[in-house]
Amino acid sequence: MLRIGKIPIAVFALFIIAFPWVAHEIPSIGHYTDIMIFAGIYCLITMGLSLLMGYTGQISIGHAAFYGIGAYTSAILTAQYGLNPWPCIIIGMVISAVVAVLVGAPSLKLRGHYLAMATLAFGIIVYIIFNEEAAWTGGPDGMTGIPGLSMFGFEFDSVEKYYYLVWIFVFAAFIFTVNIIQSGIGRALRAIHVSEPAAGAMGVDISRFKILVFVYSAVLASLAGSLYAHYLNFINPSTFDLFFSIKLLIMIALGGMYNIWGAIIGAVLITFLSYEWLHYFQEYEVIVYGAILLLVTIFFPKGLVGVPGIVKGWFRE
Amino acid sequence: METITLSGQLFQYLITGITVGSVYAMVAVGFNIIYNVTEIINFAQGEFVMLGGLIMVFFHVVMGLPLIMAFPATVILVTLVGILLDRLAISPIRQPSVLTLIIATIAASILIKGAAMFIWGKDPYDLPAFSGRNPITVFGAVIQPQYLWVIGFLIVIVIVLSIFFNRTIIGKAMSACADNPNAASLVGINVKQMILLSFALSAAIGAVAGITVTPISLMEYDRGAMLAVKGFGAAILGGLGSFPGAILGGLIMGSIESFGAGVISSGYKDAFALIVLLIVLFFRPSGILGSIEISKIKRF
Amino acid sequence: MNFVEEENILEINRVVMAFGGLMALSNLSFQVKRGMIKAIIGPNGAGKTTLFNIITGSFPPTEGSVMFKGSPIEHLKAHKIAERGISRTFQTVELFGNMTVLENVMLGCHTRVRSSFLSSGFQLPQFRRNEARAKESAMKILKFIGLVDKFNDPADSLPLGEQKILEIGRALASEPELICLDEPAAGLNETETYVASSLIRAINAKGITVLLVEHDMKVIMNISDEIAVLNYGQKIAEGSPQEIQNNRRVIEAYLGSET
Repeated sequence: MLRIGKIPIAVFALFIIAFPWVAHEIPSIGHYTDIMIFAGIYCLITMGLSLLMGYTGQISIGHAAFYGIGAYTSAILTAQYGLNPWPCIIIGMVISAVVAVLVGAPSLKLRGHYLAMATLAFGIIVYIIFNEEAAWTGGPDGMTGIPGLSMFGFEFDSVEKYYYLVWIFVFAAFIFTVNIIQSGIGRALRAIHVSEPAAGAMGVDISRFKILVFVYSAVLASLAGSLYAHYLNFINPSTFDLFFSIKLLIMIALGGMYNIWGAIIGAVLITFLSYEWLHYFQEYEVIVYGAILLLVTIFFPKGLVGVPGIVKGWFRE
Repeated sequence: METITLSGQLFQYLITGITVGSVYAMVAVGFNIIYNVTEIINFAQGEFVMLGGLIMVFFHVVMGLPLIMAFPATVILVTLVGILLDRLAISPIRQPSVLTLIIATIAASILIKGAAMFIWGKDPYDLPAFSGRNPITVFGAVIQPQYLWVIGFLIVIVIVLSIFFNRTIIGKAMSACADNPNAASLVGINVKQMILLSFALSAAIGAVAGITVTPISLMEYDRGAMLAVKGFGAAILGGLGSFPGAILGGLIMGSIESFGAGVISSGYKDAFALIVLLIVLFFRPSGILGSIEISKIKRF
Repeated sequence: MNFVEEENILEINRVVMAFGGLMALSNLSFQVKRGMIKAIIGPNGAGKTTLFNIITGSFPPTEGSVMFKGSPIEHLKAHKIAERGISRTFQTVELFGNMTVLENVMLGCHTRVRSSFLSSGFQLPQFRRNEARAKESAMKILKFIGLVDKFNDPADSLPLGEQKILEIGRALASEPELICLDEPAAGLNETETYVASSLIRAINAKGITVLLVEHDMKVIMNISDEIAVLNYGQKIAEGSPQEIQNNRRVIEAYLGSET
């Protein structure tokens, strides 16, 4: 019943805490800590997206836009105006929230594929803006000189330090999201998932909830984008293209849509696939992603988290 | 020497817009055919256009087949891809929902795109124009004869499809499926076959669009997504499921893009069509020729 | 009989519902007095569920008005109507199978107890208080309907009879003034039907007005104060159970629909 157990969370927390130390000891995977930073950043996005797709059944193929809005807001305000990064991250989240309401409110009233197309168009428009408004964004060449993050004088200037910073955010978002799922709001979302007529008859304002979740997912993506910008100290528009939005989709589909663990598993797996295991394929990784998405959709519609259920089903027969 | 008048310039934009719009219209028609029979939005629709162009390059340029043979050969091959798409990506899905079907067609589109990159690489390819490149001057606008081929093929497709859906048994069967798949299957119509046919037909039309437009704007492996989005915009603008709407929507979309790029900003060229799409979705999702109540009328 | 004379809690005024060319309801008018149990009966396809859908806000009528406590509600959305005090159950049980029995009823409390997004995410005191209140109300209802022992079971693990009872319980959680029950006895055996009828009487005894659609004549005759009969979207008779039993048009409508 979607009771998210405390034990898996504790185990996972231990794993995350210990990981950099383990990676440090084994030379061949020493760089995995860096990859896990990206995995964490993507987890922030996928957690919000899985709430959107798994619970309210809405699809967004434009979330790269919010990721980019967060990144560019942080980048522009810190690199060009010298502001302190932390409030800029919040500003980015606010901007993303506003944009999400403006785009989401009209789109979420429409049926599934209309929202898909609206988010798709929105994502591409934002991408074009990043490329064209070179005065602000540096255009296709991108922006450099983005400062790192520090707090009370403590600088997050090493891979390990930034790793822990990112994963603290991931855990915070995870707990927050789980709290939502297990609250009255989560009940309303789960109700919407099963039966919109019944949910409405019980007083659930379905449109409002869909927008709420959409905004939440946009805000998380924005936070992820800011963390990304301050880590690499450089961003360019090609990171925030349609293909990234599709990659997010693949993460969710692979891990499992209706499950927050699925969001984490999918993000981590695809990140490693992307940065580590598919290096041989170079650009042909596109074919692999397409194949993964197709196979998952046909054979594992519940994603990897659904596999234990399938296996149990075999044993019952 | 011709002087470039304002009206000439505007007419130029218009003709370009209609030409580009014809391509969008063909993509939109393809969307509608599949949507009418299955209620699926085929995100891979643009890939058919891309394949049409690139496969034609293979047959006509690389293998040297004459136009009259390469054209149908390409269409047939792309049609086969469309059939494969239905067989491998759509019908195997056990519990189809809107979400899963959208994802399946997205998966198919990136697979096709990846395969195209593997085969043809990232460079754009060109095709010789069907009747040469001597420009024709009309009302102060300079027109490539290939523009007329594009528009002409759109007209041909419109006529052929009208005959198909209104006069042939198979066509009527497809319309029946569109209206009421349960009743259709009760009367003995094989709905699965009709779905297959809708994919095949859409792929063929997409191929024609790709073949005819490549001599004008070249073709590369990743053009599909943008074409699909704009074609969808055209379909929605005209009213999803409406055949005349697709034509109207395509021509309007193309014109807006052309004028926008010419008059306002060419860097944002792609954005114009997308903004139109968003406006339509937000304010009048039933489109120009669609009516909110009668959105179920999809007769060709 | 414990209803307030002269107060109509619900008024259906000349409601017309056309789906394209099909007239599901034509010129339908009737009133429901506060505190009564009113039944709507009629052959299949008579428009009963369409009427329910209009009352509870699934869609607006083509023409006509629906007045609840004196205010028009025909253009309000379903969730707004629920807030105003009308609750419903569905012909085919629409429980939330992915939640427990308790959670289903707690969801029913949605209109009465709500926490903000931030307070839920951070589990602030306001949220904890609200959750406790919702749980308490829900448990009370489960006790009232006799399902308190199964509070932690998945809702879809219950047998049909209990599922229907649970759905009624969920509808009670919003503290409605009017509850619309769509075939509460459908698919139930004798015992289960008896339980359902008793529950409906108990609900009415608390002052909640009941509007029900039902095919089971025994149930109707036993518990209704008034009956309205629909056929082909029109009201063909209205009155007490006695009057309806002896009404020729009603008998014809039912017999006619059997051939």
